[in-house]
Amino acid sequence: MAEERRPKQCTVVLPTESMKAMAESIGVGQLQEESCAALSEEVSYRIKEIAQDALKFMHHGKRRKLMTSDIDHALKIKNVEPLYGFQSQEFIPFRFASGGGRELHFYEEKEVDLSDIINTPLPRVPLDVSLKAPKEQQKAESTEPLKAVKPGQEEEGSIQKGQGATSAEAKGKKEGLIRMKPRSTHELSVEQQLYYKEITEACVGSCEAKRAEALQSIATDPGLYQMLPRFSTFISEGVRVNVVQNNLALLIYLMRMVKALMDNPTLYLEKYLHELIPAVVTCIVSKQLCLRPDVDNHWALRDFAARLMAQSCKTFSTTTNNIQSRITKTFTKSWLDEKTQWTTRYGCIAGLSELGPDVIKTLIIPRLTIEGARIKAVIEGPVVSNIDKIGADHVQSLLLKHCASVIAKTRPLPDNMEQYRVDYGYLGPMLCSHVVKARAQAALQAQQVNRTTLTITQPRSTLTVSQSGIGGSVGSRTPSIIKVPSSLTLMSTRPGTPTQPSPPATKYIVMATSAGASSTQQVITLSSSSASSVTSTVASAASTLQPLVKLESGGGGSLGGSRPLQKYIVVSLPSSASSSLESKSGMLPPSSSSLEAGMKMERSDSPGASTQSPH
Amino acid sequence: FHRLFILLVHAHFISKMAAVQDGQVDLEVEKKEIKTETSNDGSGNNNANSSSPGSTSLGATSKSPTGPAEDQQTLLAVLQFLKRNKLNESVDILRREAGLSVEIDDSPGSASGGAGSGGASNSTVDGGDTNSLLSRVSIAIPAAPAVTAAPVPPKGLDQPDVNVVLSAYSQQGDPDLYPLYYNGLKKFIESVLDCHRAELSQVFYPLFVHMYLELVYNNHEVEAKQFFEKFSGDQECYYAEDLRILSGMTKKEHMKGNETMLDFRTSKFVLRISRDSYQLLKRHLQERQNNQIWNIIQEHLYIDIFDGMPRSKSQIDAMSGSLAGEAKRDANKTKVFYGLLKEPEIEVPLDDEDEEAENEEGKPKKKKPKKDSMGSKSKKQDPNAPQQTRIPLPELKDSDKLDKIMNMKEAAKKIRLGSDNLPSICFYTFLNAYQGLTAVDITDDSSLIAGGFADSTVRVWSVTPKKLRRVKSAADLSNIDKESDDVLERIMDEKTASESKILYGHSGPVYGISFSPDRNYLLSSSEDGTVRLWSLQTFTCLVGYKGHNYPVWDTQFSPYGYYFVSGGHDRVARLWATDHYQPLRMFAGHLADVTCTRFHPNSNYVATGSADRTIRLWDVLNGNCVRILTGHKGPIHSLAFSPNGKFMASGATDGRVLLWDIGHGLMIGELKGHTDTIYALRFSRDGEILASGSMDNTVKLWDTLKAFDDVELDDFTAATGHIHLPENSQELLLGSYTTKSTPVIHLHFTRRNLLLAAGAYNP
Repeated sequence: MAEERRPKQCTVVLPTESMKAMAESIGVGQLQEESCAALSEEVSYRIKEIAQDALKFMHHGKRRKLMTSDIDHALKIKNVEPLYGFQSQEFIPFRFASGGGRELHFYEEKEVDLSDIINTPLPRVPLDVSLKAPKEQQKAESTEPLKAVKPGQEEEGSIQKGQGATSAEAKGKKEGLIRMKPRSTHELSVEQQLYYKEITEACVGSCEAKRAEALQSIATDPGLYQMLPRFSTFISEGVRVNVVQNNLALLIYLMRMVKALMDNPTLYLEKYLHELIPAVVTCIVSKQLCLRPDVDNHWALRDFAARLMAQSCKTFSTTTNNIQSRITKTFTKSWLDEKTQWTTRYGCIAGLSELGPDVIKTLIIPRLTIEGARIKAVIEGPVVSNIDKIGADHVQSLLLKHCASVIAKTRPLPDNMEQYRVDYGYLGPMLCSHVVKARAQAALQAQQVNRTTLTITQPRSTLTVSQSGIGGSVGSRTPSIIKVPSSLTLMSTRPGTPTQPSPPATKYIVMATSAGASSTQQVITLSSSSASSVTSTVASAASTLQPLVKLESGGGGSLGGSRPLQKYIVVSLPSSASSSLESKSGMLPPSSSSLEAGMKMERSDSPGASTQSPH
Repeated sequence: FHRLFILLVHAHFISKMAAVQDGQVDLEVEKKEIKTETSNDGSGNNNANSSSPGSTSLGATSKSPTGPAEDQQTLLAVLQFLKRNKLNESVDILRREAGLSVEIDDSPGSASGGAGSGGASNSTVDGGDTNSLLSRVSIAIPAAPAVTAAPVPPKGLDQPDVNVVLSAYSQQGDPDLYPLYYNGLKKFIESVLDCHRAELSQVFYPLFVHMYLELVYNNHEVEAKQFFEKFSGDQECYYAEDLRILSGMTKKEHMKGNETMLDFRTSKFVLRISRDSYQLLKRHLQERQNNQIWNIIQEHLYIDIFDGMPRSKSQIDAMSGSLAGEAKRDANKTKVFYGLLKEPEIEVPLDDEDEEAENEEGKPKKKKPKKDSMGSKSKKQDPNAPQQTRIPLPELKDSDKLDKIMNMKEAAKKIRLGSDNLPSICFYTFLNAYQGLTAVDITDDSSLIAGGFADSTVRVWSVTPKKLRRVKSAADLSNIDKESDDVLERIMDEKTASESKILYGHSGPVYGISFSPDRNYLLSSSEDGTVRLWSLQTFTCLVGYKGHNYPVWDTQFSPYGYYFVSGGHDRVARLWATDHYQPLRMFAGHLADVTCTRFHPNSNYVATGSADRTIRLWDVLNGNCVRILTGHKGPIHSLAFSPNGKFMASGATDGRVLLWDIGHGLMIGELKGHTDTIYALRFSRDGEILASGSMDNTVKLWDTLKAFDDVELDDFTAATGHIHLPENSQELLLGSYTTKSTPVIHLHFTRRNLLLAAGAYNP
């Protein structure tokens, strides 16, 4: 019968002291106690009445908060003059004072100097009311005659407020059984925001170790898709700004971010190519990428970016978006332009040649003669500028590098110097010698074909390497070869056959640069690309690669003897970044991690043999 | 000056009388009687348009043709009323102006005279229940008296006279005995058989209130407080709101001005009790010689006795909660023509046939039933539908026909909704509204959205690529080639094209907003007491309808246009026609603010929800109240009719949605789930799904098909109101969708059954 007890009914009345205080404030001195009591009851009742009416206005105003205007309206329907000057949206602070045995709460009315108000700058005009509907909904319901606000505004709104995503409830699609996926929010959680901040700071910061870690995280973390739009914008904006400022280092860092993003198997970059490709292409063909074009090695950046471009063409080019053909056209067009600078020219050629032997064959080789003449004009002609000369030099070596391998494959023997000159003009003789080298290299490789090659396709840091090591140890131990772009093609010292039942002694050679960056990445990167590039880099890099540390855990006395000897050699490369194209452009994890990788392999393969590895 | 008062009084007077006679009084708007003065810029004078003859006209209609004697009698009646309403100042002024002596109106018979005049006016009005517009209906008039013959409570009993009502309390007993009496009854009721206990418990609340008020009236303040504290905890929790008001009332003086209190007095609290239970109670009270309680029951309660099984506690709880108890069974006996009107035949243009042929392969099953139903409808009239010409409806214009064709085309592409096929919801969020969005409406074709704001503005948005354009100025219009084919296009001023337009004119928050079906007009109702009609061609205000002197909470256009209804703080809902500046009908009877107003799909009825926690259905033809629906436990803030006109849904501050069968006047469902006021309710285009939007930031979808199917309505339940609500409304809940921080204040199903919702982001 009786329901749960309600809170006590409000039979509260204002204290009589209040009445007295108010009476005094309007000049009524001595108020009888009885009158005070009567007054306070009456006033309390009226206040309650007004509050009840004010509640009506609140309800009809579709609010949960009672506002001063509601009180005003309630007074108005009672034919009472509303209270003026209480229009504040916020709560009105009452001040408390006591003295003379009396406690007072009062509303402080400050005296304001009118000129102060006039002179203060006007506050910002509040935003006007706007109507917003989620965009996706309208796409889903394309037949609906609803197109609310301009897309731009919506995008903005949804990011600023997170409202677009939250206020709209996507439901099972109208057309029947297909249920739409719940829409993902565009809002990043606090953790994600922190992560994003850390990652981007590390990527462009000065600490190489941090950067390597950050890039590693970008390349492997499976939960980045929500941040992908931010990363993409970060990169494209970053390139835009830094190209103008010729900040080579930052451009390289940004390209490495692109690389890491592309390496992440959980990310789908298709939707963001429109931001990423222009950024990458900029790094390939921009006229100037660094402050001192004669000294700085911006060529490496171009090479690296060109490789990125080639990779994205391979991955994302479809018949509908035609990325590859559009990119090819872009490169060709600016290459063919007479006025194109050597830097851009280099970029175009690099970009094209990375796209594969077919592109080289059809687009570059036919133009070798023309290009050769141009190079000749610069190198042998009257001294123009040093920059042009360097540019021509680089273009020349680039052409030689890429064309030689293609020609080696396509052109029938013999390699006649004169014939080459006829066919390819100025570059002919040099090309001829390169082709000869390439053929020799190919022959060498052909010999090694029977060996199983451990090709680490993912340029994925130490972990991958160690994994492959483990993989090898699980099955029959296979002799592996890790190719390095330099002449020091590292291979197992004792090649064996894959079918060998007991694991033979295997020697892993891991290289690291002493500058805190390991070439492991680079090794892997290049080994995953065509074999020809391996040989062709010899000229530029081979001389500079000098093993600094050689660590051989040979012997392994602690081994029981049941397992054959395994050797690990960690080779460090000198830190001269500019001396090696690849060391600059590769993804460079810290040497420590590569050493660690070595250790890991040791541990997994032959426990006990690792003690010497300095770390 | 006195005229002003008279006019105010005039409005009140009529509303009061109307209230008394259950809304039988129609306001006479005959043009001949309204000798319009040049309207003085009515500053606060909301009836400025009608002049003093207006009040005399009342006398004229009430009594007989004009004559000095009648005039005086009219004045006396007015004075009587003024006095009753404590408008002493105006009494004095009127007296002075009229040169009446004090003695005349102090004559003892004046009270009855006033009552008599009310009665007289009532009968006159009944006979000639016409006004300029409705009189055009020749067939409808004979029907009117038949309908009005509905049971009307004896007039003598219901005549409210403030003094009389209050003085009813003067016969006092010993104040100390009140708790004893109450306790005695409580003990008795607790001791009776279970089956009777629930029914008899209903007596507690009205008894408690009246005993308390008696104590207060007789200046037993301390006893009253004690009494209140002792027993207020026993009352049902849904009366908490009223109890709070009561608790504040501790003095006789307070009672005079308090409207809630007056309502309690003037209307009898209605209880439905089975005969057995009633006999039990009666015997007990007579045995105990408990006259105090017996008097109260006799004077202030209306016990509606029915034969049959006593109702259970849950059944009673479902129906109770209103300010004045349940509806009398008689009140819901009138036949309601809830069927839909026949759709006018429109020849579909030739090219459309082609399209239909195309559609034939695509969705033959959708098109077919639609056609069949249309065909059958045109052949035989729905027995429940009102006559086509029951109330005059505006003729269809060419543009309306075009729209109808569009509607039919769209309807053909409509998605069939159901429990396994829920609608998509598209949410329109108002940003930067700063808590100021108070009303939203969307056109039927979903092309425009209008918002009413607390800063008195009305804003209209176009949500299609078509921008809003203004008609050119008169000077420019005269330059237009009127013969050209695209003249309609040419009259628009391209320079004014924009996505939204702001309409300025109100001087207070805009609480209600409604588009006309043809999208040419927009109505808005505001705190300033006016309803404004805006043109969406010129984006200017066309008319300000003054009549409600207090905030107008809601307004809505009839589904056929032309008419509209408004309701407000003055407890009266008014029916207007756009071309009349005075209301055609006044629906009086609610005991508290009319909070929402909705037209029945056939335009013959108007439903009003009120803060007295009842819903009333009014007949537009004769202004009668044909249904009183009780059951909500808080002010009702949203109403919706099902598209077939058979059912109604209502939502209130208590967070519950109730479903009603209009034909039987019964509650047939209760949908629990929301935790805050429900501001928006809408049935899908085919009525299978009910969407409800609430202050708790959710949209919920309910399976109404199932809800309506589950109801078994036999004659017995219809007769006694023994309803069996399904225990668990959660089975009916199809989905609940939360916004982050946006209360849902409007819902709309597009013609293809996409659900649109709107609300202001509330940071």
